[in-house]
Amino acid sequence: MNKQMTATEVVASLEDGMTIGIGGWGPRRKPMALVREILRSDLKDLTIVAYGGADVGMLCAAGKVKKVVFAFVSLDFIPLEPYFRQARQSGSIEVMEIDEGMMLLGLRAAAWGLPYIPTEVGLGTDVINRNPDIKVIDSPYDDKEWVAMPALKLDASLIHADRADNRGVCQIAGPDHYLDDWFARAAQKTYVSCDELVETSFFHDPAQARLVHWERSQTTGVVHIPGGAHPSSCTPLYGFDVPHFKAYTGSAKEESGFQGYLDKYLGGSEDEYQQNVGGLDAIRAIELPTY
Amino acid sequence: MTAATDYTLAELCIVAASKAFENDGEVLATGIGVIPRLAASLAMKTINPDMMMTDSEAWMLSEPNPLGKRGDDFVPACESWMGFSRIFDNVWSGKRHAMLGPTQIDKFGQTNTSALGGTYEAPKVMMLGARGFPGNSISHPNSFFVPAHNTRVFMDGECDFVSSIGYNPARLPKGHSLDDVDIRLIVSDLCVMDFRGPDHQIRLVSLHPGVSLEQVQESTGYPVHVEGDVPVTAAPTQTQLDIIAALDPHNQRAYQIKDNPPGVRTAADFA
Repeated sequence: MNKQMTATEVVASLEDGMTIGIGGWGPRRKPMALVREILRSDLKDLTIVAYGGADVGMLCAAGKVKKVVFAFVSLDFIPLEPYFRQARQSGSIEVMEIDEGMMLLGLRAAAWGLPYIPTEVGLGTDVINRNPDIKVIDSPYDDKEWVAMPALKLDASLIHADRADNRGVCQIAGPDHYLDDWFARAAQKTYVSCDELVETSFFHDPAQARLVHWERSQTTGVVHIPGGAHPSSCTPLYGFDVPHFKAYTGSAKEESGFQGYLDKYLGGSEDEYQQNVGGLDAIRAIELPTY
Repeated sequence: MTAATDYTLAELCIVAASKAFENDGEVLATGIGVIPRLAASLAMKTINPDMMMTDSEAWMLSEPNPLGKRGDDFVPACESWMGFSRIFDNVWSGKRHAMLGPTQIDKFGQTNTSALGGTYEAPKVMMLGARGFPGNSISHPNSFFVPAHNTRVFMDGECDFVSSIGYNPARLPKGHSLDDVDIRLIVSDLCVMDFRGPDHQIRLVSLHPGVSLEQVQESTGYPVHVEGDVPVTAAPTQTQLDIIAALDPHNQRAYQIKDNPPGVRTAADFA
């Protein structure tokens, strides 16, 4: 089965009002080329579930978002995401603010077909008080109350991987696959952009197969987009683009705002975008971050 | 070990904060930010060699990494994989102690990392979000570092958004006891505190050199419990300063507290 698609085909398969999970973490290994394709589309009213970075900020700024399910939205080295802030502070989006681990449990519940997973995480805090949809329940086994973290069922997930074959075997070769396996499992459809498209035989080496974190049956489509995580990182291939993120956050303080950022960088296609940011070789040359 | 006489306030805070981890044994210490990370690293190198630590990315280390750029020949002392998904397994096991810097800490020890002012639907200032604070606070011990001790951080009333559970009877979950919450040390630029006063009231543990009791109380939006003569925060030893310098070769610690004041301050430093 050949699952290769274009970014345009992926976005054409998404619908207004869908709940979409986005893999990665803050400024790290985000499927930004797929996010940019959404920015070029007329898709709207999305609910986004993510360990958020500029993916969430850009979709908010472009008016694509109805609701964000989040524990944080941050670029890490720039702690506050400027366009997510604007969206929150103007009251233009709904939110479901939860703990980082609650998000993992919600994705697991969806992946496992459970209505909820009990946890003590969230008790005594405003992630419960501010979320009437998250219930606190009694346990049949003890006298304590527990948070019933509901399944975060996703219509689709977008993920960026280092490499994939055209059947949907996806490899994340960097040191952390974050919660991407759960995003893949929690979604009805999972679309994966990859820096390198490889032959299936590439995975015959057990050391390579060991870095595959979900089965190909969880992958709906594969899009070959070298550099597709830019400006986020795709360790070990390239780091995140610090000057670009600074320009992006800086644009929020300028009169032209996000439209100015889009006019300067987005382009009509990923090829145009990459030309606008200095080309694929420049992306691949970005130094890896030091923590 | 003789105390040094020439040290910065940042170094004093690192040493004071390192003591939070002294009796932890084999737990993962997570210090977010330069001073907490150096404090945890110093503790691992001195008073708690059993401590566990990550590289802030995806590996557990048997030796803390120095901060900032390291030479091309640097080899981190990895001992296991520890990606973010596995961190939650560790958090929920309770074998972790985090030291973090929330924006608000109220009289209950509840903290806020999410939003200030306005309404929840449209806050005046949106910050990070709840992050891992809800889970950390109910699962394992937590300590705080506050680089600017004032009544905006230690504020009157309850946090605008409660990210972490504290000693608030009104929010105590059914079947739980306030003693389930374990807030350890709060190290600020003025003093060291904990929540071991009567009924989990915040309590002064030590005053940094040159800081008065009145100054701490004026800078805290609720009463601070004081027992007897409050000691002065112990000065770093030269050995501790040498270890800190080796862990922080680019001197990032000099940029963590405004104007990088000396460890021993006089009235002029507070003018």
